[in-house]
Amino acid sequence: MALIRKSKQFKWHRKHLLGLRELSAEEITFILDTAKGFEQISTRSVKKAPPLRGKVVVNLFFEDSTRTRNSFALAASRLSADIIEFTEKASSVSKGETLLDTARNLEAMGIDIVVIRHSAGGAPKFLSRNINACVVNAGDGFCEHPTQGLLDVYTIRKIKGTLEGLKIAIVGDIAHSRVARSDMWAMTKLGAEVIFVGPPTLMPTQLSRLPVSVSYSLDEVIEKVDVINMLRIQFERLGGNPFPSIREYSHYFGLTVERMKRAKPDILVMHPGPINRGLEMESEVADGQNSVILQQVTNGLAVRMAVLFLVNQAAAIAKR
Amino acid sequence: MNTEILIKNGRVIDPANGIDKKCDVLIVDEKIAEVGEKTQDSRLKTQDFKVIDAVGKLVVPGLIDIHVHFREPGDEEEETIASGSAAAVAAGFTSVVCMPNTNPPIENETDVEYIHRKARQARKTHVYTMGAITKGLEGVELAEMGFMAEAGAVGFTDDGRGVQDPSVMLRALKYAAMFDVVMAQHCQDDSFAGNGVMNAGYYSTILGLPGADVLAEEAMLWRDVQLVKKIRPGRIRYHAQHISTAGSVELIRAAKRDSLPITCEVTPHHLLLTEECCAEYDTNYKVNPPLRGSEDVEALKQAVAEGLVDALVTDHAPHLQSEKELEFLTAPFGIASLECALGLYVKALIGPGILDWPDLVRLMTEKPAKIIGVDKGTLGVGKQGDVTIIDPDAEYKVDVSKFRSKSRNCPYHGWTLKGRVDKTIVGGEIRFSAGD
Repeated sequence: MALIRKSKQFKWHRKHLLGLRELSAEEITFILDTAKGFEQISTRSVKKAPPLRGKVVVNLFFEDSTRTRNSFALAASRLSADIIEFTEKASSVSKGETLLDTARNLEAMGIDIVVIRHSAGGAPKFLSRNINACVVNAGDGFCEHPTQGLLDVYTIRKIKGTLEGLKIAIVGDIAHSRVARSDMWAMTKLGAEVIFVGPPTLMPTQLSRLPVSVSYSLDEVIEKVDVINMLRIQFERLGGNPFPSIREYSHYFGLTVERMKRAKPDILVMHPGPINRGLEMESEVADGQNSVILQQVTNGLAVRMAVLFLVNQAAAIAKR
Repeated sequence: MNTEILIKNGRVIDPANGIDKKCDVLIVDEKIAEVGEKTQDSRLKTQDFKVIDAVGKLVVPGLIDIHVHFREPGDEEEETIASGSAAAVAAGFTSVVCMPNTNPPIENETDVEYIHRKARQARKTHVYTMGAITKGLEGVELAEMGFMAEAGAVGFTDDGRGVQDPSVMLRALKYAAMFDVVMAQHCQDDSFAGNGVMNAGYYSTILGLPGADVLAEEAMLWRDVQLVKKIRPGRIRYHAQHISTAGSVELIRAAKRDSLPITCEVTPHHLLLTEECCAEYDTNYKVNPPLRGSEDVEALKQAVAEGLVDALVTDHAPHLQSEKELEFLTAPFGIASLECALGLYVKALIGPGILDWPDLVRLMTEKPAKIIGVDKGTLGVGKQGDVTIIDPDAEYKVDVSKFRSKSRNCPYHGWTLKGRVDKTIVGGEIRFSAGD
């Protein structure tokens, strides 16, 4: 296809996208380059291309999601695939079908690509070992959310030109964030320096072995960074009482207009959505001139088209 | 009718009696009749007389595993006392101790007698059981430990969980002092363990799985040490089950230095595997306490080398394949390792030179027998005729499809191990022969 730029003989060979930890910088760059080619489909009058015609994509979502699910559905439809929507609260062991049985049943219907979101870390990997269809991870527990990580670096690269040498702060509930993990892998592999910012009670264990630095003070970090990614406080995942009150959290880690005054003028403000306005960031910041939050959503579509395209292509090559 | 078994020319290792030499063992009826040289011919008067040539083999007291889950009553699809004890005898064990976390739990004398009856019907190994410390393993009200002890329960534990409330545990320890039984604890403070499904550390972080901190184990062990100190003197014996962390080793070291009546056990998986094994979300590595870091494994080996560990156990925890074929987050905890246990200990402890055979045998016979207070684990004359014959150099490949256990959740499938059980004699009867 003319849409695809052949970057230096590189051949994409993965029929699953499970996480960014296992990808090389070259593979990540290849996805981003592929996505660039797909961006223009969404600006045409006929927003459709044929590469997945006759293929079936199932959106297998065991957790609530609006934008990721819609983004995948739209990406699949722009590539002319048929889409099955499967939404269910994560099945418990005692009642209902196991994940494996659900997937095998879907596969028996002849699906080609499973896009899965699940509350258990590793669920996509587990699935990929047990079924023949391509598996794309749309978020697993607090392990990874690879397409979010890809669209984040895509957005940064598009505006800044490169990730190389950038300082990027990821702020908030790192412990329970799959976005933080996928961002960390993608950003550091592409040469950026990542700083995790948040209260110690929301940091994962053994940070020393991760390729990041850590700060408990947004005030210290805000002046230094080129990009700031504000994570959503996920009330549904917070166990116990990791901070005393929302008020106190916002005081230390909220991105306020006041704090923004001390940031670099060309800082990019990102958020994976949905935003708790007034909590992680003030509305003026979310809607302000440094915010690229809506561009992230737009770019997500191109990135997901690229991912669906590439895994399908790899599966076709593997079959031959 | 008398029966006799003469085991000739083996290397007889009986740590309790300081024996490690090439000689013969004679079993008459159900008991050890003689251990010495040139035992043959002197007693060839019986009708049923068997001679076993054990040249090149080890002849040791029947092995004892004081921590197994045979799932009966309640989960017979995973294991039964019959299938579990068949697996045990094939692995050289002549005695095992079942944990009481069945469904319903073992919490009164009828339950204890049920286990014994099933074991008699199975006619494989001696099967003992521990009883629950608290009713329903709920950690609130004491179970009828007295009646259970009278029915033959060899100790008490809420294994699968720890007794959370310190005042309940203190009461249990005090009360149990009446009965001269061992009080065993699965050390796990639930407030630290949370909903952890693996060790809290680098791997739980990158795998996005909730971790259980080492503190969950260490905090409860520390607490229990204080409780034991508090109620001394008494007849209390406390046993820390499946310790897994370097911090726990420290606590045991200190407790033994203070001569407290505290013993502990380790499993093969905590000696051989680390949290890194979970990296591919293989649920056969999901176990509780979880696999820890390599520094913990080293500390446990060091503890064995120093003599701080009193028993080697399997914590054999069978599960159906369909239960393990789930997301790592939801699959049940447990490893079924009974049938390759000896080879695993050899690999973990004899291979690297941490223990020699007499030391290993001691930790699988004499010392565990002492912990549960049964008159076993030696080849002393007059003792019950429980003998295991081991081919120390025979290598074999672990093949879960050949397990006598009903379950296959064993991460050692395909491993090559050394040290194979050749014969298992229980109560003067050959219950297992290799090749059968």
